[in-house]
Amino acid sequence: MNNFQYSRASEVADALRLLDADPGAKLIAGGTNLIDLMKENVERPSRLIDISRLPLRDIEETADGGLRIGALVPNSDLAYHPLIEQRYPLLASAILAGASAQLRNMASVGGNLMQRTRCAYFYDTTTPCNKRSPGMGCSALDGLNRNHAILGTSTSCIATNPSDMSVALAALGALVHIAGRTGKRTIALTDFHRLPDDKPHLDTNLGSGEIITAIELPPQRFARNYRYLKIRDRLSYAFALVSVAAAVELEGNAISEARLALGGVAHKPWRTPEAEAALRGQAATPDHFGRAADLLLQGATARSHNGFKIELARRAVVRALIQATSTTPQSQARKKIA
Amino acid sequence: MNAYVGTPTSRVDGRAKVTGAAKYAGEFSAEGLVHGFVVEATIPRGRIVRLDTSEALKVAGVLDVLTHANRPSLADKDEAWKDEVAPEGSPFRPLYDDLIKFNGQPIALVVAEEWETAKFAATLVRIDYEQDGFATDLEAGRGSAREMDKPHKPRGDAKAALAAATLRHEADYLVPTEHHNPMELYATTTVWEGDGKLTVYDKTQGVQNVQKFLCGVFDKKPEEIRVLSPYVGGAFGSGLRPQYQVVLATLAALALKRSVRVVLTRRQMYGLGYRPMTIEHVALGAGPDGTLDAVSHEAIAVTSRYEDFSRNDTGWAEQLYKSPNSHSSHKLIDLDVSTPCDMRAPGAASGVCALECAMDELAVALKLDPVELRLKCYSDRDQSEGLPYTSKQLRECYARGAEAFGWARRNPAPRSMRDGKELVGWGMATGVWEALQMPVAVRIVLTANGHAEVSCAASDIGTGTYTIVAQVAADALGLPIENISVRLADSTLPQAPVEGGSWMAASSAHAVLGAAEDIRQELARLAKAIPGSPLANDAADVLLIDGMIASEGKNGAAVSIADVMRHSKLERIEKEKLNQFAEDKSHARNTHSAVFAEVKVDEELGVIRVTRVVSAVAAGRILNTKTGRSQIMGSVVWGIGMALHEETVMDHRFGRIMNANIAEYHIPVNADIHDIDVIFVDEPDSRINRMGIKGLGEIGIVGVPAAIANAVYHATGKRIRRFPITLDKLLD
Ligand SMILES: Cc1cc2nc3c(=O)[nH]c(=O)nc-3n(C[C@H](O)[C@H](O)[C@H](O)COP(=O)(O)OP(=O)(O)OC[C@H]3O[C@@H](n4cnc5c(N)ncnc54)[C@H](O)[C@@H]3O)c2cc1C
Ligand code: SF4
Repeated sequence: MNNFQYSRASEVADALRLLDADPGAKLIAGGTNLIDLMKENVERPSRLIDISRLPLRDIEETADGGLRIGALVPNSDLAYHPLIEQRYPLLASAILAGASAQLRNMASVGGNLMQRTRCAYFYDTTTPCNKRSPGMGCSALDGLNRNHAILGTSTSCIATNPSDMSVALAALGALVHIAGRTGKRTIALTDFHRLPDDKPHLDTNLGSGEIITAIELPPQRFARNYRYLKIRDRLSYAFALVSVAAAVELEGNAISEARLALGGVAHKPWRTPEAEAALRGQAATPDHFGRAADLLLQGATARSHNGFKIELARRAVVRALIQATSTTPQSQARKKIA
Repeated sequence: MNAYVGTPTSRVDGRAKVTGAAKYAGEFSAEGLVHGFVVEATIPRGRIVRLDTSEALKVAGVLDVLTHANRPSLADKDEAWKDEVAPEGSPFRPLYDDLIKFNGQPIALVVAEEWETAKFAATLVRIDYEQDGFATDLEAGRGSAREMDKPHKPRGDAKAALAAATLRHEADYLVPTEHHNPMELYATTTVWEGDGKLTVYDKTQGVQNVQKFLCGVFDKKPEEIRVLSPYVGGAFGSGLRPQYQVVLATLAALALKRSVRVVLTRRQMYGLGYRPMTIEHVALGAGPDGTLDAVSHEAIAVTSRYEDFSRNDTGWAEQLYKSPNSHSSHKLIDLDVSTPCDMRAPGAASGVCALECAMDELAVALKLDPVELRLKCYSDRDQSEGLPYTSKQLRECYARGAEAFGWARRNPAPRSMRDGKELVGWGMATGVWEALQMPVAVRIVLTANGHAEVSCAASDIGTGTYTIVAQVAADALGLPIENISVRLADSTLPQAPVEGGSWMAASSAHAVLGAAEDIRQELARLAKAIPGSPLANDAADVLLIDGMIASEGKNGAAVSIADVMRHSKLERIEKEKLNQFAEDKSHARNTHSAVFAEVKVDEELGVIRVTRVVSAVAAGRILNTKTGRSQIMGSVVWGIGMALHEETVMDHRFGRIMNANIAEYHIPVNADIHDIDVIFVDEPDSRINRMGIKGLGEIGIVGVPAAIANAVYHATGKRIRRFPITLDKLLD
């Protein structure tokens, strides 16, 4: 760990000013990802700007019937908030599928969106990694890539985004509110994370002087037919090999609206209009689910060790949709996959 | 009297542990304590050509950076570096010279006033290497394996018998590298006592082993170094040999003439020992009726280039299954890695795993029930030596385990049992381990207030030694357990070997028994010598019971221990005794188990859950049914990890472990663990030792991974021979 300065911001404007003044500065919220990376010397900020006391902890209803969630709401508080449990159970379920109770208590919404890949080479400063040190090469391409991406990869990087919460947010069509020097802006969550292309050191489209202030959930809630299905190497406390956020609205047995996002397969939550379009207006049958899964996975490519993810993702999508349409969501406390 | 032995007595150190009163090696402090942080090599093989510490030394609070170039003197003969359990070869010497032998090797120690300062300054040490060619891949090196000398002699002609057998099963099973990952980080606090004297608090399974080792390495007299390790937060074999942090902390204390603490990071602990990756090649030949004609077992394992570590992976079929022909061989491949070491049931955990998977495959081929096959081949003798057992209730283990599990209801056809979308599989396996005993001495000091202090240098690595020593002493002295205090793990206490091999329960219990016996005799002598005492002129022997010295004679006369000591003007009676076991080579000594496992496998997604395990264990007399049960339960959990989760992953292009942390090195979590039923089968054994004790530390893990793998086969029809069985291996 390097030596660093520490400042505490009391208002968003404070934090922005501090960010501006020191290009090597980093925001710290719960610290559950940043501190680990600092211990491994992957992140070496010159200054930590502690934003944990910023007044961004509210969950409020928006005028159009959605919800606005402050960037510093702890992951646990969010998952167990009555409005989230009742209206957006897909989000609650995704959050509870991640990490451990202790980590979720510390982790913030903003930090969760910004958490970095778990690629082992990224964490190990003795091995080449384009994300950590642009131009050094990607050790995972021909190395240990069992956990790596099958969609949207580039020859520079095949890392995945590890967040569970983001997958549900992508499916729900959430927005990200951002504040910067020049003012505020709002972008869709699906445009927030980037694909690696030739700049894998950039995980997101957040500018260097910007800060996430809130996320916003639209009015459409999918509170009845949803499922977050996470497949991992042990039954809890492991990152997803593949995860699926599935949400539908049904009219009788016909799907009137569908959302489908994959986690653990790409540099960002993976959602395509084609897959969802293919479900709309169709009967809720495994055949249709399979077709949607194929469309969602179109273009998937494997490296030496992660080929299994393609078939696993396909099966997981079908299973998640079966569960979502049959209204048998499960709590994350019961790990059995029905 | 058995007021405590055989009961579920709670841990006598439990309260100290849960309240934080129990202190571990890295928690001791001393005036002026400073902190060392290790700098590790990042290449697997080569030479340090430049080691620049100037930037690190500039950091305020940094006191010194020790390297091979500026360190105080260290022994230059291998003999000095060989500890009690060192394998053949030339032991690793930290900061000795400029050679790099494995990735993660310590190459410098930054010492600073604060731990954080040392950690930061460690990042400023600049190292240039001259890299040499290296190899870390066992499978790629298979061709270069070399044969080790092993005790198991071939019997008959296994090769010919295999060729002639009606039914043959032959396969490779691969057990990956696994790391112990004890919860407590490796740590040493070396306290500078002045005049070159040192008190060393170390995380170790053997304080006297470390003490002798440090005396050799630093050329010290025995009285100059005292080693203590009162509590150990798990070690599982990784603490049998002195680890490098004890050398570094002591080196720094001598260099700076100050007290120094060194705590390793989790990543650095992956540079210590590990269960070696092993290819287990098993071939079985059988007749159509399920009798074995031949067993052949070849193990090919990794070792370092500087030491030959190997354990008995092979040869276990000699104990378990009757076969006229048998052959086994153990081969090693030298790689650019640190030396492997013992890890719970070393050898057996891996070797029996392969043997028991192979037996299951043979049962399938023979269309025989797996339990029936094992009963058909049941051996009442250790075939390698042609010896009967002191006791062997393995048949009873099969019977009791099968009954508790409901094995009779098993449909033998793979994929025949279901629960919704899950395939249900039932599998079983046999476990076997050795029942060893070692020289251990114990001192008992009985005071006139009816209190006894029992002391011994043995460690309690979390297994419950404090508790069983107290139980045995309380019973032998006829005192309530509250009146017994136990001191362990101090090198100045009576002799004990490292705590390992499941030998400490039997060994320490008999030492306690011996010392208590001397005390009893002394008390008898004193009581009978007191004029007018009810025991005077009583020719009968005495018992110690309820604080009394009681005649075994008909009149049942008794006097209190306290009264006798007071009358005799004795404040204390002190007896020290080395245990003694009759030399007996006429019988084999083993513990056994039968493990039954149920898995539920999601048919489409490959997700595996181990929903039930029944482990029936025959291990002589169980001293404490509570801590004993915990041992077996913990072993079963670990066995589930071995089957499904554990694997140290190395990138052979860098010769570097890529999951050196407990987020990515998976062990089971609560959600992975369901019902575990432990059955202790009665196994009276009057031959093995006076109390009939065999030990429980390792038997519980042996067989568990195989039972689960066999259950996975039964559920899915897929035979996975590369551990761990992760879900990707079930998808096709
Ligand atoms: C062992 C382990 C297991 C885990 N398992 C899972 C899992 O299964 N699933 C999962 O989804 N996650 C998992 N996590 C990750 C966890 O969810 C993240 O660490 C956490 O969400 C990060 O939040 P934080 O507030 O602690 O972020 P911090 O560590 O404080 O910050 C992380 C990053 O976000 C930036 N940041 C923080 N807030 C803002 C903001 N408002 N605006 C702009 N930038 C900001 C910081 O500068 C930093 O770069 C795991 C973590 C660990 C350690
Ligand atoms: S996949 Fe990305 S993060 Fe991993 S080594 Fe390659 S460039 Fe680095």
